Amino acid sequence: MWRFIAYRLLQAVPVILAVITVTFFLVRVAPGGPFDSEKAVVPEVKAALEAQYRLDQPLLTQYAAYLGDLAQGELGPSFKYPGRSVNELIAAGLPVTAELGLYALLVAMVIGGLAGVIASLKPNTAQDYLPMSAAMIGICMPSFLLGPLLVLVFGIYLDWLPVSGWGDIPGDKILPAITLGSTYAAYIARLSRAGMLEVMTQDYIRTARAKGLPEWQVVTRHALRGGLIPVVAFLGPAFAGLLSGSFVVETIFQIPGLGRFYVQAAFNRDYTMILGTTVFLSTLIVLFNLLSDILAAWMNPRLRTQFSEH
Amino acid sequence: MSDASITDIAQAEQGTSLWHDAWLRLRRNRLALFGLGVLVLFITIALITPWIAPYGYAEQNLDLGASGPSAAHWLGTDIFGRDLLTQIMYGGRVSLAVGFIATAVALLIGVTWGAVAGYAGGRVDAVMMRLVDILYALPFMIFIVLLMVVFGRNLLLLFLAIGAVEWLTMARIMRSQVQTLRQQEFVEAAVSLGLSPTTIIRRHVIPNALGPIIVYTTLTIPSVMLLEAFLSFLGLGIQPPQTSWGLLISYGAETMEEYPWLLLFPGLALTLTLFSLNFLGDGLRDALDVRGSRD
Repeated sequence: MWRFIAYRLLQAVPVILAVITVTFFLVRVAPGGPFDSEKAVVPEVKAALEAQYRLDQPLLTQYAAYLGDLAQGELGPSFKYPGRSVNELIAAGLPVTAELGLYALLVAMVIGGLAGVIASLKPNTAQDYLPMSAAMIGICMPSFLLGPLLVLVFGIYLDWLPVSGWGDIPGDKILPAITLGSTYAAYIARLSRAGMLEVMTQDYIRTARAKGLPEWQVVTRHALRGGLIPVVAFLGPAFAGLLSGSFVVETIFQIPGLGRFYVQAAFNRDYTMILGTTVFLSTLIVLFNLLSDILAAWMNPRLRTQFSEH
Repeated sequence: MSDASITDIAQAEQGTSLWHDAWLRLRRNRLALFGLGVLVLFITIALITPWIAPYGYAEQNLDLGASGPSAAHWLGTDIFGRDLLTQIMYGGRVSLAVGFIATAVALLIGVTWGAVAGYAGGRVDAVMMRLVDILYALPFMIFIVLLMVVFGRNLLLLFLAIGAVEWLTMARIMRSQVQTLRQQEFVEAAVSLGLSPTTIIRRHVIPNALGPIIVYTTLTIPSVMLLEAFLSFLGLGIQPPQTSWGLLISYGAETMEEYPWLLLFPGLALTLTLFSLNFLGDGLRDALDVRGSRD
């Protein structure tokens, strides 16, 4: 098990380094300097600005200095908001996005998991088709369509829930969480159904039944653990999806989170901000992939032993 | 068993090739057929849009403004009095083109990469697949946003960027197929006949790996179209004066309170297409019996 964790950790390091390097150089080759738009800038002022952001130094020196900053946890300044650093923007936006992501994940796991397990208990009956058709709709209905539709129905026509904001009015977190979570609920429903169907044919399930356990105990005590492994392995990629999904959901519902900052930075061509956020988000995603892999391996005894034998 | 029945069986066997079999199975799947029908219809419409669109693409009617569905404008008009059906038809051309072309890019890179890695084996394979592993771990959504910012928002780059993301799974599938295939006798026979690796891959390996590739291709197109719509919705994808379903949904969402049809109809077009592709993909997977041959 430790061997597996060490192996995956070693794999993550070059990935993160690659992200930093690629992002850094991509942003530097982007056409137009960050201060080009202000035409009235005096040459001396421009030079001073460029010196402040180290733009007057050779590219490799800049790169080395940036790596040094990163090692100290310093993600860099913002070009567009002088005096604000990427660290500050992340500190402000991350808690909001994390909360939104957590609720969305809860929605996804509870609804998706339940639907999938229920469907798997009676395959090829109405109990199977109904939740699985709903899951298909969930997969095909993108969040940028579902969000506005939910707002239209529940926010405007029925007037039950607030249409935007975050933590201002009670209930304004419900629609964003559902919008962000629904796609993943659909995927989780399909994964847990497939996982459960496979597990239910295993010998140890027959043993559990043979020793006289009631069916619900067979499911909850024996089948779930194995059946939900694919779901746990999916959590890593789902996390990455939730982050990029938050770009859209935070824009629709005007939530002051990291996703909205990122989209705004992309619009404003705030290169340092994009660089800093990309590095931060990518590292986060790589780490979460790592965590979900380790968790899935820990839940699956076969994978565990396979790696300790190597 | 009598001789007669053996001949019967032999004749029956002869009559059905793998593809014929698959088509028979697919034909029994109503949802997949429905998907195929919708797709053929939408693609046909997209191809002949310039000749059948009820109004000109840039035709405005500012006096009319936004109006609901009517006899003159079946799906209504937007705030500039542009016909929504015309907009959706032209938008569909872009959305479908992105879906198909980007998938073709992914297909080309992925199949070549996977076939070479799987066929070469050994160290070449290890290095090539390790690269795929590393790229797999990268957060590509973020990178596409970054690419669109850095290189400006042009359509060709969008194709390439999306294609460059989607080839990874294709490469993995192709590699595992090739690894299985190269141990088969007919490939060994081809090797001993002195055929070059390129010929063997082209003539023997790729045709036999077609099933999984077709299925995965069908399932890649909707995810590519979704990606394009996602970017366009954020304003980072297709730019006016061009339009796409994602962009139309984005405009529709801005004014949905007063003019809900501007959101509903483009949304319906996109969802219906994604539905059809997914159903067709699932149907093809069953028809070609791909699940069993995976990995």
